[in-house]
Amino acid sequence: MSTTSTTYGARDHARAQAGTVTEAMPAIPASTWPDPPPGIDPAKLVWAETVAGGGYTHKVLARGTELRLTDVEGDACAHLLLFNADQPWERLNVADTVKVQWNAYLGEAIALLSDQARVLATVVTDESGKHDALCGTSTVDGNIERYGDGSPHGTSPSGNALFTLAAAKHGLTPRDLPPSLSLFQGVHVEADGALSFTGSAGPGKSVVLRTELPVVVLIANVAHPLDPRPDYTVTPLRVLAQRSEPSTADSPQWTSSPEAQRAFENTADYLTARGLA
Amino acid sequence: MTIISDTEVAARAPYSTVLHKGEKLAIIDLGGNQAVDFLCYDAADPAKRYSAAVTIAAQRTIFLTTGSVLRTGEGAPLLTVVEDTCGRHDTIGGACSKESNSLRYGQHTRHQHACVENFLTEGAKWGLGKRDLVSNVNWYMNVPVEQDGTLGIVDGISAPGLRVELRAETDVLVLVSNCPQINNPCNGFDPTPVRMIVTGGDV
Repeated sequence: MSTTSTTYGARDHARAQAGTVTEAMPAIPASTWPDPPPGIDPAKLVWAETVAGGGYTHKVLARGTELRLTDVEGDACAHLLLFNADQPWERLNVADTVKVQWNAYLGEAIALLSDQARVLATVVTDESGKHDALCGTSTVDGNIERYGDGSPHGTSPSGNALFTLAAAKHGLTPRDLPPSLSLFQGVHVEADGALSFTGSAGPGKSVVLRTELPVVVLIANVAHPLDPRPDYTVTPLRVLAQRSEPSTADSPQWTSSPEAQRAFENTADYLTARGLA
Repeated sequence: MTIISDTEVAARAPYSTVLHKGEKLAIIDLGGNQAVDFLCYDAADPAKRYSAAVTIAAQRTIFLTTGSVLRTGEGAPLLTVVEDTCGRHDTIGGACSKESNSLRYGQHTRHQHACVENFLTEGAKWGLGKRDLVSNVNWYMNVPVEQDGTLGIVDGISAPGLRVELRAETDVLVLVSNCPQINNPCNGFDPTPVRMIVTGGDV
């Protein structure tokens, strides 16, 4: 007889697994994260997790949270979507983000704008400089063509498939998913409009975002659609979020451009009328 | 070739139609340098819709011209550009909205008409709402990207009578805003009508 042939044995077997440590897992509570890097106060951690290559994660974060994403081994690719947690029909708009700020590339002091002309989050620190706001994420069919599989249960999950799952856990459907942006793998636009893949900035690079509204964060850590390598290549992503303060009128994010300043003013206007600030 | 419909879309107005597989839509810039904001959906399942990201990743360039294939978020072809006498068209600038106008130009533009208003009005006729609006095509709009990443809507390269023709690869719902923007050069600061001609397939 096996140890799991009875309900009592199966219960003991299941319970005996507690405490197992694996590379890709959250620390709960987040304050128990074992090795917080400089700048992270464990007492303030609200989210601490490692996401494997091909994995996804999601969280609702309060306004004024500092979200630090780290490319641990140098081949993470964090595809990111943000929604206003109070009204998820308001969501990241990459077209407005690049058009309004007159800049195709993400970097320090760039505001991630919603379709309602408000700031969902800002980039506080960018050690990587290799990002993309144009190509979105990978598709099931594209990954089947590239790697033979694009399903969540396979060895080369697509970003679309994982975003569909992450979104569902916040009551959102594929119709609610706009084009995403991605961090840690770069794309450059040539003078003639051609897109070239510029890869990663190497291991250990972090990007710190600051949430300026309460947000739903969806992250899929999957190979970039323009990654030319024949093998599905994506390594772990570290996610550490700690309580902090939203930007204020004297923050560099607020004053980085007249357009960003008006986006912060719109955000403050919304929060004030809504009774949130 | 049978003309199925021939419509002049007034300046600042929306337009929509369903193209059946094989039918073609010609979009003619009557006055020159008139941005035509454009979304498209699989008519049988509008959750399958144009994806700027998938389209440009697949063709590895941000501009649309003859031969470009507009794809859904799943990668399926919706429309193919079969003729383009202008040269290139924008995929990254998105639509103007009352909200984004407040950022780009100031709060005094908040109450000006905008493309998102047209998309919402026209989309509602087909059961589409806010969540169905994504980054769109801008026919005839000129948005270069400099090598330092600076991008912007600049003076157009279109002219009166230039045309783009699209062939439907499946049954496609087309949603259009004849752009009313007056604060940047996308319409030469003077929105004008465009002509939409739907023709039958080669049957």
